[in-house]
Amino acid sequence: MNLSNQKRLALFLLLTPFVLWLGLLVVIPHIDMFLLSIREKVAPRTYEMGFANYAEFFNEPLYWNTLARTAIMSILATVLTLIIAFPVAYYIAKMLRGKPKSVLFLLCLLPFWVSELVRTFGWMILLRETGIVSSFLQWAGVIDAPVELLYNDVTVVVGLVYTSMLFMVVPLVSTLDSLDDSLIEAAYDLGGNVFSVMREVVIPHAMPGIISGCIVVFMLTLGNYLTPILLGGKSSMWFTGQIYTQFITRFNWELGAAFGFLLLFVSSLLVWLGLKLSRQSLATTIARN
Amino acid sequence: MNYDLECRNITKQFGEFTAVDNVSFSIPKGSFFSILGPSGCGKTTLLRMIAGFFEPSTGDILIKGRSVLNTPPNKRPVNLVFQHLALFPMMTVAENVGYGLRRAKVPKAEIKQRVAEALARIDLPDAGNKRIDQLSGGQKQRVAIARCMVLNPDVLLLDEPLGALDLKLRERMKVELKQLQSQFDTTFVYITHDQSEALVMSDQVAVMNKGQFEQVGTPQELYYSPQTPFVAGFVGETNKWKGRITAINEEYINLETSNGLHLSALRTEQNVLEVGQTVEAYIRPESITLNRMVDRGANGQENSLAASVKDVLFDGANSRALMLSESGQEIVVTLPQTGEFANLRAGDQLCLGWRKEVTRLFQSQE
Repeated sequence: MNLSNQKRLALFLLLTPFVLWLGLLVVIPHIDMFLLSIREKVAPRTYEMGFANYAEFFNEPLYWNTLARTAIMSILATVLTLIIAFPVAYYIAKMLRGKPKSVLFLLCLLPFWVSELVRTFGWMILLRETGIVSSFLQWAGVIDAPVELLYNDVTVVVGLVYTSMLFMVVPLVSTLDSLDDSLIEAAYDLGGNVFSVMREVVIPHAMPGIISGCIVVFMLTLGNYLTPILLGGKSSMWFTGQIYTQFITRFNWELGAAFGFLLLFVSSLLVWLGLKLSRQSLATTIARN
Repeated sequence: MNYDLECRNITKQFGEFTAVDNVSFSIPKGSFFSILGPSGCGKTTLLRMIAGFFEPSTGDILIKGRSVLNTPPNKRPVNLVFQHLALFPMMTVAENVGYGLRRAKVPKAEIKQRVAEALARIDLPDAGNKRIDQLSGGQKQRVAIARCMVLNPDVLLLDEPLGALDLKLRERMKVELKQLQSQFDTTFVYITHDQSEALVMSDQVAVMNKGQFEQVGTPQELYYSPQTPFVAGFVGETNKWKGRITAINEEYINLETSNGLHLSALRTEQNVLEVGQTVEAYIRPESITLNRMVDRGANGQENSLAASVKDVLFDGANSRALMLSESGQEIVVTLPQTGEFANLRAGDQLCLGWRKEVTRLFQSQE
């Protein structure tokens, strides 16, 4: 065996797990899902090809309303996560040195040691009618009767922001870390104030981190199932809940598959729009890390 | 006298450590002032206090006669050229230069005009739309200076800005910086650990060591008449020998080095020394003359001795010879570049001589 054959074999062996993973877990299921989604049930056990499932989505306002609502709330949750995570990341990356820095970074990471399910139940213990917050407010005399803080949109967004925080803080800390302190000092020295230094120096530098954090958080939020269902209950109207219903409750796999593809399409479209608006590309954001 | 910058008894402490220790100086308008010192001597701390990034523990800083202690860095009429220049990579060259003007809310048309003027001044009139990473090291240097100078600061601070450049470019930038300074007619405060940068460019140099100024003077004063052993050792090359004073008369101080070499120095007002005292003698390699003829006491030089070449340290114009006296004292001598000593080899016998004025004596520190 000569050298080029050896190289070819090495490349082949290296690529095999990747190709298997991509093929078995991404490509084949999606092809199958797509075929499912363009199948119409015309009579029991008889199917035809067609786009009736997609048409149903647009004809039934509940469906597309749910998707629009999910997308808007996901954007809102992403923006809120960014607003809260940015000062935290800035403080960790630029204000702290040495041990306090790693300790604080670790503290951000710590809640993610436990599963999302357990963390969400934690919120439920706090916020339900007989929960800690409600009881405390009654004890303090702020309210007279127990108050239900679960099962509304605000709680869902709070839960989503909490769940996503780490995925925003990590890329932000890493980009802000790479910002040379002397750039910030130079900006001050030349007459900048806190706002202009942020706007003209810090944020442009952190843009790739901001975008990659936003993409990850948005995708996770849009595709989240657990948090909206547990914190929002039946009224959460999250699109993943709708997909679950079609697959499991209604046993309408065809419509569920079509919904899955619509979700994929909407999330791709929104990420593309976000990249266009911020004049970034996937190569400068996600691939960078 | 009208001073652009005055520091009065500045001290800066970080916990127990005193970084800058009771430093006072004043810089006349339009001069090039350097602070020269080894790393860790407190020069950067001093500069950052002038820029406003550190508060002095005690003391006062005055710019054009007004105290700026309570003025934050973005309001001080001083600007700083950072060690690594700190140009904003997210902006073009013109945007970098115009940054301070935009912050000062100067009208757009005027910004455009002043930026164009500044770029023309640094000889980069067409670089406005370039990105920072398209510039060479020397161009970046000039843009960093233009970015500050466009604001007409009273004092421009420079924090070792030539450190990152290669040798050739550094040599050229030294000349260019000096020219820019006289062109803008602004007071420059330049800190460096490189004595050549300080000597070439400055009107006045302060030599700093362990948080204090050892000596402030013109480059010539520092080089020819250092006041402290540190200055004698730090500014320029030098032979440093330990010795004991054997005799003093009206004109001469004679001493014997620990290696048995006898030499004489001029007796001056500063040299309040006694017979028997331990001293340090400093003689610059370039003030020693070489002679192939072994004839003692030639050319009216009070110090004269025979020595053999131990090693030739060839470095072009800076070539030196390591000599060994008969008594075993090592002496570094600069080789004159007249070609006369081009074929010098280890083992050659030569006569060394120097005048008593160039032997500098300081009381031993230990």
